[in-house]
Amino acid sequence: MPEDLASRRELKAVQEAMAARFGPAVIETAFKLGELTFKIAKDELRPALEFLKSRLGLDTLDDIIGLDNSRSVPAGGKRFSVLYQLRRAPGPLRLRLAVDLAEDETVASAVPVFTSADWGEREIYDMLGIRFDGHPGLRRIYLSEDFAGHPLRKDFPLAGDDDGV
Amino acid sequence: MAFKEIELNMGPQHPSTHGVLRLKLAVDNEVVLRIEPVLGYLHRGMEKLWENLSYVQGVPLTDRLDYLASLSNNLAFVLTVEKLAGLEVPKRAHYIRVILAELQRLASHLAWVGFMANDIGAVSVLLYGFEARETIMDIFEEYAGGRLTVHGIRVGGVVEDLDDKVIGMIRGALVEIPKRVRDIQLLLSENRIWKQRTAGIGVISAAQALEYGLTGPALRATGVRRDLRRDIPYSSYEDFDFDIPLGTRGDIYDRYQVRIEEIFQSLRIIDQAVDNLPPGEIRARVPRVLKIPPAEAFQTIEAPKGELGFFMKSNGTDKPERVKMKAPSFINLQSLELMCKGNLFSDVVGILGSLDIVLGEVDK
Repeated sequence: MPEDLASRRELKAVQEAMAARFGPAVIETAFKLGELTFKIAKDELRPALEFLKSRLGLDTLDDIIGLDNSRSVPAGGKRFSVLYQLRRAPGPLRLRLAVDLAEDETVASAVPVFTSADWGEREIYDMLGIRFDGHPGLRRIYLSEDFAGHPLRKDFPLAGDDDGV
Repeated sequence: MAFKEIELNMGPQHPSTHGVLRLKLAVDNEVVLRIEPVLGYLHRGMEKLWENLSYVQGVPLTDRLDYLASLSNNLAFVLTVEKLAGLEVPKRAHYIRVILAELQRLASHLAWVGFMANDIGAVSVLLYGFEARETIMDIFEEYAGGRLTVHGIRVGGVVEDLDDKVIGMIRGALVEIPKRVRDIQLLLSENRIWKQRTAGIGVISAAQALEYGLTGPALRATGVRRDLRRDIPYSSYEDFDFDIPLGTRGDIYDRYQVRIEEIFQSLRIIDQAVDNLPPGEIRARVPRVLKIPPAEAFQTIEAPKGELGFFMKSNGTDKPERVKMKAPSFINLQSLELMCKGNLFSDVVGILGSLDIVLGEVDK
């Protein structure tokens, strides 16, 4: 897909604004396949979401994605990631904000910034067991409350777990 | 009458949920106070399955998500794989995809108007909607063999070229469907009972809709001009001339009007695509085993139900490391409570119907 110069310039402006506001809290900036990703320190997640939404106009949360990196991360690295897919609607400008989490770490809920994050966070909790601080009602969304384990974790067997049901 | 809160259970087996959805309602006499949807009755663990299937094997699974629009699901999944793998798709394949996706939108909207009318008691409209939809099902059957789970879009292109017979059938549908839709409009648009059950019911404001992440016709019915075919074009949608129908009040009636208008716009797009079908290949050269080096990609399309997207992460093998689906039905269902609060209990069925959710997609 051809990238037009304007969106390149806009992405660059966003990148500079993020670097100026958060400095070293922006751990990594990647630009691949025409998609911009910021890895941000866990504690700066909510300020970053607020900044991107209110200052830089990325007012739409397209999706929240939970990842279990246990097969790809080197030993000692953090197991989980949560990605926030943001868009400056209705235009084409998009970027991803990423936080890495160790197995026992929690992350601030995005619901106070984006109401639409509610069910998405519940889904991630259900599927991966990642907890979101300050979520208005964090409980499983697909599986029953007495289900043991989180199916999208890489160590959960594909054929299911007898203890699960 | 004295205030008395009653808990009511609706579903999971209920004809108006079009699948298996349970709603826990709290009502005060006839007025809805709260609604909590309980999901997961159709959860098949699609995202886990995709991680254990190759990119190519993953495509037919998408037919089972929104099973009233299987080709739209194919398209979103395949576009994400192609973005990740850097595959260049021939122009002819793009045009055929547009034709298929728009036929699918017609089929989905026609089924919707039938179900919706049926839900609130107008059974005959269901037959009109399904009769029109049948012409599209026949095209799919002739083209790819399937009617509901069509699987016509493959990684790199489409399954087959459009032959003269299929093109003839499509041209026939372009003449036939507007007549049927006008019949439906005559039955409903100025119908007093239809208006009483839809106008001013299930209202959501533009600001609320955006806050709750609503997309698709339900969002456009509030007057917000957002359509990914125009905003972030894919599959050469930038080549086509079409309008984006908008509502003003954000009620059920506007959702109906938007979808009916979208049917005519889809017909316009198909007409242009069939007339200007470029020559050439219908599939790119795709390696027998498609291995994709580590990368991440996010791709969305404007599906009949709303913005449908996939996030994919590759790891160098022929299977994805992670696939996450942005399901429009799932996200749109989040606003159900907001739309129903303060409305009558008997309107819940209509409001739920007007959102056009498919449980295969909600539950994944």
